[in-house]
Amino acid sequence: MHRHRVAALSCSAVLTAAALTACGGSDDSGSGPVDLTYWAWADMEQVVDMWNEANPDIQVTVKEQAAGDDLVTRTITAAQAGQGPDLVQAEYQALPTLVSNDVLADISGQVADVEDQFAPGLWQQVTLGTDAVYALPQDSGPMMFFYRHDLFEEYGLTVPTTWDEFAETARTVRDVAPDTYLTTFSANDAGQFAGLAQQAGAQWWTTEGETWQVAIDDEATRRVAEFWGGLVAEDAILNEPMYTPAWNQAINSGEQIAWVSAVWAPGSLTTAAPDTAGNWAMAPLPQWEAGENATGSWGGSTTAVTRDSEHAEAAAEFATWLNTDPEALAGLVREGGIYPAATAAQTGEALAEPPAFFPNQPDFYAQAAEIAAGTAPAAWGPNVNVAYSTFNDAFGEAAQSRGDFPAALTAMQRSVVEDLESHGFQVSE
Amino acid sequence: MTRRRRPGARRRAPWAFLAPAIVLFLLFFALPIGYAIHLSLRTIEVQGLGLGSGARSEVWAGLSNYADALSDPELLDGALRVGVYGLIVVPVMLGLALLFALILDADRVRGRRFGRLVIFLPYAVPGVIAALLWGFLYLPSVSPLHHTLDALGLPEPDLLGGGALYAALANIAVWGGTGFNMIVIYTALRAIPADVHEAARLDGCSQLQIALRIKVPMVTPALVLTFFFSIIATLQVFSEPTTLRPLTNGISTTWSPLMKVYRDAFDTGDVHSAAATAVVIAVVTLALSFGFLRAAGARTRQEEAR
Repeated sequence: MHRHRVAALSCSAVLTAAALTACGGSDDSGSGPVDLTYWAWADMEQVVDMWNEANPDIQVTVKEQAAGDDLVTRTITAAQAGQGPDLVQAEYQALPTLVSNDVLADISGQVADVEDQFAPGLWQQVTLGTDAVYALPQDSGPMMFFYRHDLFEEYGLTVPTTWDEFAETARTVRDVAPDTYLTTFSANDAGQFAGLAQQAGAQWWTTEGETWQVAIDDEATRRVAEFWGGLVAEDAILNEPMYTPAWNQAINSGEQIAWVSAVWAPGSLTTAAPDTAGNWAMAPLPQWEAGENATGSWGGSTTAVTRDSEHAEAAAEFATWLNTDPEALAGLVREGGIYPAATAAQTGEALAEPPAFFPNQPDFYAQAAEIAAGTAPAAWGPNVNVAYSTFNDAFGEAAQSRGDFPAALTAMQRSVVEDLESHGFQVSE
Repeated sequence: MTRRRRPGARRRAPWAFLAPAIVLFLLFFALPIGYAIHLSLRTIEVQGLGLGSGARSEVWAGLSNYADALSDPELLDGALRVGVYGLIVVPVMLGLALLFALILDADRVRGRRFGRLVIFLPYAVPGVIAALLWGFLYLPSVSPLHHTLDALGLPEPDLLGGGALYAALANIAVWGGTGFNMIVIYTALRAIPADVHEAARLDGCSQLQIALRIKVPMVTPALVLTFFFSIIATLQVFSEPTTLRPLTNGISTTWSPLMKVYRDAFDTGDVHSAAATAVVIAVVTLALSFGFLRAAGARTRQEEAR
């Protein structure tokens, strides 16, 4: 839910850097406290207060930001002007863009010992497959299948475990209740599609020596595109975007009875479908091969230290505490409702209770942890924004016309490759 | 003594009065334009994988950003879409504005002030809010319009896709812009000396004839002005389609040329190509609007000569 909440725009954070010792270190005895600015959108005031109380030498100020791509652009601009924050919250897929724009510091020296606290798939996303460490994972968004259990029962449906069953279920819904759809294919959030492609085994950006390999239009993603395109073409599912007033209305009133989403969905459903508390249930994402336990990621974010920061060491220390300390993570879960990336915290005390919107599923987070264990690795490149923007347009058009989804995928691949080539990247397809 | 000083002081005085305007013009107009042109002539070049420090450098690009902008079919498509949109907006909006102004200016009209206010009011609603309001009215499942059509058993049009989208967007602009243009034309109408239409009425002119033969020709300058403003506003259409975009698959991120500039600069992070496209749009807008002004001026002079 957090990646979709638009937080209040904070004023530009000019670093209030007091004159301090040159070497940024936590050992600043006698030179006054280190002040760190942290741009983030998750609610974490209380957690940061906890840190500030315990660490009078390193004081952190959170400047609340709008989520997602806007913050990436703003951070790059601020860094170019030399006015960036010390710490910034960044989604996994934004890391290569930020690294490529030389915004993030390599903190491998400061955080080397925390690697084993995170799943390898997440850790690989913050190292970009190099020896450097550009951020620490904060929360993750393993994808899941959410459905109205009351209506599934009423219509005599079973929860699909494979995508073939999912298609059958979608068709059955149209037969049983002609005004109802199982779900919609939305072209306004590429993160969902990217996660589904990961589940099928896609690796959109990989490197080979000094060359970027772009495989958006590969077999795995094509399978996903053809699958959803086919369902849209036969009117088994809707083709309208998510997060519109119409969509809220549809999931609140039961005109759409399922949502392929991620672990943060309870928060979104609470605001979008307030009348349906207790009527939803969560299940693993349908699988391409029966019996597998694979899922993709949609959302999730990291804490990164910027190159501009004069106190990289202190910033890294705070980032480590925030994302690995059990108490800090419990606070983040409580206050921000995040799903922690640190493996130990996923089965911790803070997640013992199900989300308030899901009182009917007491083992919600135990199931979530099992699902998260099967998270497929994600492979991001330096122009994810170009891919996402083209996805919006090409798949929007394809969905609107109930037309050619594979062609839209080809358009995505082409625009990403052309953008890379025009900037002098070496690219192979 | 004072005589000798005067010519110098006189020459300096205008500059002293102009100085604030000139400084502001240079700082907030000329400088940003110059910077945009500078940006448009440069580009980012990447070494190796483009990761880490020093991997990206800004280099001279010559006119390649312009070549890319002009050869991008999306820009031309966007311009054509805006053209269709303008063909609906400008005539409908100005036609309505002129009609309302004439009605309000006609003799024996009651509730003149009230009417003027009601027609002007939508102009006071910010464009984004107006687009949101209309967006809700266009979305089938939350729109009273669709509920009514459904209750009457009539077909429900998809207002946010296909050809109807142009009408839907134009409607927002017409709704918001008619009031402003009406006030401009109405003010010009009020400036016509009363003896002109009194004379016409004594000669036996009907209200309609007075409107068509006397008033409309006499407010031509106001019509030219409103037309000029409308062309510029149309070419710069941005907030309405941007606000409606999340509601539908029918509007792409490059629907209008300005939206493409925004996408390039802030979504895909290529400020250099965005700057080039912005300069192209500015040049075309200038050419079109001044071309129109010249054509209108030539016509007026011709008529005066007759």
